[in-house]
Amino acid sequence: MAEGSGDRKPLLSKKIDKFFTGLADAWNFVRRFFQEVFMPPYEFREVIHQCYRIGVESLPLISLTGFIVGIVFTNQSRPSLSEFGAASWLPSLISIAVVRAMGPLVTALIAAGKVGSSIGAEIGSMKVTEQIDAMEVSATNPFKFLVVSRVLATTLMIPLLVMYTDFVALMGSFLSVNANEMVSMTTFFVQVFEAITFLDIISSVLKSVLFGFTIGIVGCYKGYNSSKGTEGVGRAANAAVVMAMFLIFIEELLVLQIVNAIRGI
Amino acid sequence: MESREKVVEIRNLEKSFGDLDVLKGVDLDLFREENLVVLGKSGSGKSVLIKIMVGLLKQDSGSMKVFGKEVSKLNKKDLNELRLKIGFSFQNSALYDSMTVKENMEFPLVRNEKNLTRKEINLRIEELLDSVGLPQTINQMPSELSGGQKKRIGVARTLILNPEIMLYDEPTAGLDPITCRDINNLILEVRERYKTSSIVITHDLACAKQTGDRMAVLLDGQFKAVGTFEEVFPEATDERIKSFYDYNFINS
Repeated sequence: MAEGSGDRKPLLSKKIDKFFTGLADAWNFVRRFFQEVFMPPYEFREVIHQCYRIGVESLPLISLTGFIVGIVFTNQSRPSLSEFGAASWLPSLISIAVVRAMGPLVTALIAAGKVGSSIGAEIGSMKVTEQIDAMEVSATNPFKFLVVSRVLATTLMIPLLVMYTDFVALMGSFLSVNANEMVSMTTFFVQVFEAITFLDIISSVLKSVLFGFTIGIVGCYKGYNSSKGTEGVGRAANAAVVMAMFLIFIEELLVLQIVNAIRGI
Repeated sequence: MESREKVVEIRNLEKSFGDLDVLKGVDLDLFREENLVVLGKSGSGKSVLIKIMVGLLKQDSGSMKVFGKEVSKLNKKDLNELRLKIGFSFQNSALYDSMTVKENMEFPLVRNEKNLTRKEINLRIEELLDSVGLPQTINQMPSELSGGQKKRIGVARTLILNPEIMLYDEPTAGLDPITCRDINNLILEVRERYKTSSIVITHDLACAKQTGDRMAVLLDGQFKAVGTFEEVFPEATDERIKSFYDYNFINS
């Protein structure tokens, strides 16, 4: 027993040590981002290039997912509302659900999988093949070129993608409502905009900014700190997705508490 | 030789990674326009030495002076100024694989020499690609190049900032003998044309003999022999240097 606990103690202490070292590293990484983002030179071209990659290239997947989410959620909600004779509330229900939670969450989770993993793998592979060192020794700033540009791009593009997802999901929902309840587009969208408030939109946008920043910074951090060759690159990509998704759920919960407090719920 | 200007001065340099002592009090000088070859087994700390030289790693103790400046004590701005004078050719070329050859070469140039016009940038890139014999690769991606071509483009990219010191990390590793000879010739041509001082890190004795004015053999974290090829190898008394020579001789 004593022997066992003796063995466990250093292992536990190592793990705690590793956890706090990792936390301090991550904090320094985030701090460095905020130091460098405002300092010239600015990598505008790379930011625009990354915005295109992250935003435009994600559109097909986001469109399909948003559209299906809209239809599925509408079809799943209809029986329950119909039981109470409240099927006419479908547009209001769907709009609140999509704008407040599903749009930002679905978009962020898809982006974490698609964009986060790609950033983690790309930067990780640059790290292990010494491309980042090559930038450094040629007196350029790899952090600015690789990290700042990508984090800015995700922070700018995820909110736009969320708005787009909201729209596509509502269109999917409209098709379903139109086919079953014969509701016109005008009536549908009048109900949608009556149901959502300014606070819903603002909180959704701010939340999306937070999700975008998280996806970018986690992908870059994991990639920038990858090691152990190609295996390390795989691990970095994987860790970028897992960590980003975990943080997105935590942030969703925190933002919900704050918004509910503002609403006085 | 000793009266020539020293561009790099290394004194009592020590570096460890955890419990592993890689460099144990290393002393070495590099003179202007000299090609110095650092030989040693894999993992002997050769690359660590040149990474300390460009500030990618920091020594635990001792001194590394480049152009009279202690590298570890430079602030970021001064370190970047020093880095502009040092070209680092990486073992695996380290070409940016999401960029074409032209973009690879532009990358350090446009960020360090902001007053150049587009025409001047293009001219400089074309000149350097000509000098490494690969003008036709200008729009190719690194994935479309052979190992030897990648090395040449890597060297061209480092030369674009007109460095005074060239550091070659295993320039012939993984290449066939004919390409090795071409790379060795390129190293000599670079010295002739651009008047650079060079450190060539290798464990390839043929490369060392062809490119080096002096050899420095790194064993057990220290330089066990420094001198010309003839001084260091054929008459070596140290068994490990002898076996290093014999092994390379048999394999070549």
